[in-house]
Amino acid sequence: MSFLIDEGKHIQHLLMGNEAIVRGALEAGVNVATGYPGTPSSEVIEAFSKVARERNLYVEWSTNEKVATEVAAAASFAGLRSMCVMKQNGVNVASDFLLHLASSGTRGGMLVVTCDDPGALSSVNEGESRLFARLLEIPLLEPGDFQETKDIIPWAYDLSEKLGIVVMLRSVTRLSHASGNVRFGPLPGKAARAKFSYHGPLLDPETGPVISMIPARPEPTHGRQQEKLKSAQEMFESCPFNTYTGPAEPELLIITSSICSLYSREAVTILGLEKRVGVLKLATTWPLPPKLLTKHLASTKKVLFVEEVAPTLEDHVKVIAAESMSEIGATTFYGKKSGHVPSVGELNPDIVISALSRLCDVPHQPVPPEFAREAKLLADRYSPARGISFCPGCPHRASFWSITGALQLDARQGFVCGDIGCYALAAFPTGFSTNKTLHSMGSGSGIASGFGKLRQFGMDQPVVAVCGDSTFFHAAMPALANAIHHRSPFTLVLMDNRGTAMTGFQPHPGSPTDVLGDPAPALDIEKICVSMGAKVEVSDPFDLAKTRKKLNRLLESTEGAKVLILRQACALSPERRSRKKYEITVDEDRCRGENCGCNRICTRIFGCPGLIWDREKKVSRIDDIICTACGVCPDICPAGAIIKKEVS
Amino acid sequence: MSAVSLAKDPFNIIITGVGGQGNVLASRLLGGMLASRGYLITIGETFGVTQRGGSVMSHVRVSSKAVSSPQIPRGMADIIVSLEPAEAVRVMADYGNPDCIILSNTQPIYPVGVTKGDLDYPPVEEMKQAVKGFLRSFFFIDATGRARSLGNPILTNIVMIGALGALAVIPFDRDDFKKAIALRMEPGQVPINLQAFDQGYKMVKDSDA
Repeated sequence: MSFLIDEGKHIQHLLMGNEAIVRGALEAGVNVATGYPGTPSSEVIEAFSKVARERNLYVEWSTNEKVATEVAAAASFAGLRSMCVMKQNGVNVASDFLLHLASSGTRGGMLVVTCDDPGALSSVNEGESRLFARLLEIPLLEPGDFQETKDIIPWAYDLSEKLGIVVMLRSVTRLSHASGNVRFGPLPGKAARAKFSYHGPLLDPETGPVISMIPARPEPTHGRQQEKLKSAQEMFESCPFNTYTGPAEPELLIITSSICSLYSREAVTILGLEKRVGVLKLATTWPLPPKLLTKHLASTKKVLFVEEVAPTLEDHVKVIAAESMSEIGATTFYGKKSGHVPSVGELNPDIVISALSRLCDVPHQPVPPEFAREAKLLADRYSPARGISFCPGCPHRASFWSITGALQLDARQGFVCGDIGCYALAAFPTGFSTNKTLHSMGSGSGIASGFGKLRQFGMDQPVVAVCGDSTFFHAAMPALANAIHHRSPFTLVLMDNRGTAMTGFQPHPGSPTDVLGDPAPALDIEKICVSMGAKVEVSDPFDLAKTRKKLNRLLESTEGAKVLILRQACALSPERRSRKKYEITVDEDRCRGENCGCNRICTRIFGCPGLIWDREKKVSRIDDIICTACGVCPDICPAGAIIKKEVS
Repeated sequence: MSAVSLAKDPFNIIITGVGGQGNVLASRLLGGMLASRGYLITIGETFGVTQRGGSVMSHVRVSSKAVSSPQIPRGMADIIVSLEPAEAVRVMADYGNPDCIILSNTQPIYPVGVTKGDLDYPPVEEMKQAVKGFLRSFFFIDATGRARSLGNPILTNIVMIGALGALAVIPFDRDDFKKAIALRMEPGQVPINLQAFDQGYKMVKDSDA
């Protein structure tokens, strides 16, 4: 049994921010939880799935974030409490539906949880969800620590139900993936009954059909939505999660939210500025409570905004300041616009220390300068850089080896449009720098569909797109449909590694099981592509010769969209980890190393971390511990020096 | 249980290594033991695609007063526990200070630049000597070798926790470890993990002697 459903007095656990979200939702009596995997959000649905049976929940990994939001909304319309969870990019995907949902309103409490990734630690952008709350005109909450993350969720559900509107809760990587002490509250009963009432008048919030707007009549729904937002603002004035620490009239006021509030408090303590600097930590960041802010702005002459990514608080507080100028008097604002806080990348205590140190004229020197200098020299000498790489035995390395080889053989300057998944790393040397574009989920196929239609302008380069099995269902299918219908001659290489591998093997519609591990109908990718009208080939990427031959044949055809499905399980998957198929060794007599015409192609170019270049012996060898025995490297050695022997 | 006051508050521990070495488990075990002793713990870490085969770091912060931020400020680590020697030096440059203790495994994990033959991996003995002139307190042990002799190099992280216990700079003991490991592992796995803990403990004690 998961500790997340422990009951009793005085229970306390060390929880990840993502687990605190789950416990909070359980204490609020959530019934339905949905999401699409994405770092740093994935642990939320995973944790829900572990308690689903005991707590009578419905949990699913949906096809994409928009569908996840729609599934969660259905629960709300039927009077249940629901949550949909995604990383920041997912909000972009869900935003079309969210705009309509914000307008139609909700019934049972509904939260959309977004885990943003400032600094793009595990992303290919630094998206900012907070601005969506303003755009969509929905309330936004940002908890500041682990306990508060758990505690704010029941409050958020009450808010959602009182106003009949979806509420956004934003976390960030450093909260979602960090852990802290959380005291548990009681869990409610498990009984829940769903029913969708639609017999009342149109637009009746409790009993009528739920529609987002009557065409050309925005007032009833959009107007009502704005009234809800005004009520939220009123409630936010006294929200217990907006807190202030510091003197009554601080020399400088920090306005902050989320994990940055912990950086701010720590910086104040380290510099000993407790009597001079105050910290206003806001949990209700859209709409902002103007009376609370005016009161605090009136108490100081200098304000520093400490927040990550977009200057959201900074811009919105300045509007309130302009509106209450007579009450607050002359105030100087510092933050991203003044250059005291960087406008890209994540923050940390040091950045806040440095800003405060400048503004309050307090020096800070944590280590003697000579120590810092010498330690840096030592690290330069003794800590070789760790480049990112596909894992040992990763099927993507083999796939990109064949794709690059096929394109070179084809010799028409063909290229690959990349997509989101581990294979995004193929823009770098570990994937032989094969991918030449990289954007959002499914975009590789959409862009390739476009490139394919540029023949009328003289472009004759062959076009390849790559995508994984989960990405195919998420967003690549519409792009493929587009390409087939418009006879765009590109080749989609669909790298099916049997699960949403990058985020931890979550199932998708092509998987034979669901989030609880129960059997589920698996959609057949090959049959889908065939019935959509594509020419389809299938290969095992570990069979290099066959894969390249098939790909070259597909590249030659200029007729419409083609699909090459490369099937091989991820090297980290339980089925691959359970046993080694081969024993791989290097015949040192045959390995010619640098003298070989290959110029040690296996270690230098293929670059599997399981292959080590022995500088003393001047031969390659196998690292037995990490080699997964995929059996690919014997086929790339021109001297036949890498030997594979089947293990019985 | 109420916590006894610490030598420094917050006390800042970094557990570092290479993705796949069990960094996250080590930090959670340590955090769990200290939380059950009544301390306020913050563990800061990141995991995801950029960490595959790359440097990883967990910041474990212990306080009896307030919730700490998930990132230790530069130069303010009190102890660096490293599952890989080059990572110990890397982290020391950013977070170390003259009073910081280093406890490091001696078994290298080669970066892909080294396996490719593009970069050198410096001799570990030379690395030890360099650190020697630098810090007052440091311990290098072959935790992976000991883990391998127990049957599985994956126990390296547990050997290192045992070694950390022997340093007695952080308030936890074998009983705390026994409870923490029982919470996270199948019952059959507990004895081998306890053995790994004891071996790590012994390695530090013996090196003192």
